[in-house]
Amino acid sequence: MAYFSQQLINAITLGAIYGLIAIGYTMVYGIIGMINFAHGEVFMIGAFISLIGFMICAGLGISSAPVAILLVLLTAMAFTAVYGWTIERTAYRPLRGSFKLAPLISAIGMSILLQNYVQLAQGARPKPAASVVQGGYTLFSADGFDVRVTWLQIIIVVVTVALMAGFSWLIAKTPLGRQQRACEQDMKMASLLGVDVDRTISLTFVMGAALAAVAGMMFMMYYGVVDFFIGFLAGIKAFTAAVLGGIGSLPGAMLGGLLIGLIEVFWAGYFTSEYKDVAVFAILVLVLIFRPTGLLGKPEIEKV
Amino acid sequence: MLEVRGIATFYGAIQALHGVDLDVAKGEIVTLIGANGAGKSTLLMTVCGSPRARSGSIRLEGEDITQLPTHEIVRRGVAQVPEGRRIFPRMTVFENLQMGATLGDPAHFPQDIERVFAMFPRLAERREQRGGTLSGGEQQMLAIGRALMSRPRLLLLDEPSLGLAPLIVRQIFEAIGRIAREEGVTIFLVEQNAFHALRLADRGYVLVNGRVRLAGTGRELLANQEVRAAYLEGGHG
Repeated sequence: MAYFSQQLINAITLGAIYGLIAIGYTMVYGIIGMINFAHGEVFMIGAFISLIGFMICAGLGISSAPVAILLVLLTAMAFTAVYGWTIERTAYRPLRGSFKLAPLISAIGMSILLQNYVQLAQGARPKPAASVVQGGYTLFSADGFDVRVTWLQIIIVVVTVALMAGFSWLIAKTPLGRQQRACEQDMKMASLLGVDVDRTISLTFVMGAALAAVAGMMFMMYYGVVDFFIGFLAGIKAFTAAVLGGIGSLPGAMLGGLLIGLIEVFWAGYFTSEYKDVAVFAILVLVLIFRPTGLLGKPEIEKV
Repeated sequence: MLEVRGIATFYGAIQALHGVDLDVAKGEIVTLIGANGAGKSTLLMTVCGSPRARSGSIRLEGEDITQLPTHEIVRRGVAQVPEGRRIFPRMTVFENLQMGATLGDPAHFPQDIERVFAMFPRLAERREQRGGTLSGGEQQMLAIGRALMSRPRLLLLDEPSLGLAPLIVRQIFEAIGRIAREEGVTIFLVEQNAFHALRLADRGYVLVNGRVRLAGTGRELLANQEVRAAYLEGGHG
């Protein structure tokens, strides 16, 4: 029981990170119907910017962890937002209206470009990060085993829940969110009503990138090490989460992220950690075969 | 209001419009009739810049809008009720109307939505229902209501009667007449239902294979032999 509880806490933390990345995949897919394979790299860049940000904070003598986290969080979001905007502008927009595979190929190219750029700029070796938040809270002890939740885990889950709530509200209630949904449902009609479709798509990339930056920062703090390749695996897992939840569905991405976190952590905890990635990708295969629309992605029946 | 000169529009290599000229004066109801595939919807969409005309010019109150992006054209007071209605299916009736007010002044919103609900009380009853679950007639009302939310000067309607029961068709045409007369909106109506359209319209054009074949007042066209033979025989109305 104690072991199970500990795994559950770890799984929810990891699931939160995947969920944040998955939102970026699902929103971009929802609005322009393409998988932005460079999204994992945006996450990776977010992690690097956070790493650098914390080093600068330490250099400036900012010793308060909350202040440093907030500063780095906002900086990382701002920078990756620019990356997200630029990626869409340079790699995808010129190909809009081209054949369907073109932006996909361009996305893979962009992904390789960003990986190599970071590798050149930061080196290929994994970079260790100083831990910013230490300590935790022992929930209970059983069978000689302490069930602990670290402050960092609490921060990760709280920030994620807050961001997801805020983000869901933005999509459901604000004019911008309404315009995004309109573009997703009928882009041509949206433009006939005066929606600037290009701008709406750009903003979708910006938001997805900003959320990926948050995930990148948390990943960096959680694992304490980053390298130029982390975006690949985390990106594909988050993509799996988005597909599992139902690509295009916002709650689906959050649910999918959580489930992927659970599967990965429990597989590693109860079977073998060598095959945890295999377990995750087996899920992707099974979902694609038996339920391609995902858990929450069931299209509604519409009258014509 | 609207001045179309020599418009040619292509879909890839296929030419859909071959030098179309037509005019819509302020306050008029003008209809464009023609068979399936004559290019009627293409003409309406070309006015909105999607697809763009390859040659010719389109002027709105004297301003050349031929090369403007769609959202800039509609910003100048053009609203469209498109072919197939294109209601946002997973948005509520209310949200669809909010989308219609995208370009409107937020201060006008309460008043404008009340006006739409007064014109189509059915929409008020269904305001929280999703657009995709409405009946065809209700969707058409919603599409018209949505277009009115931007307070357009020129309203473009593409086959508002398509697929609707005769009773609903009559209601829709009555509403269009009221919009023109009571609200002073200029109307350009594309229809296959030539009888209703020509009775309502001040003037009309007949489009055949991407070219204007005939033009005249609604009454003239209703009496025209060619129009009668091609579009009115078979007991419309």
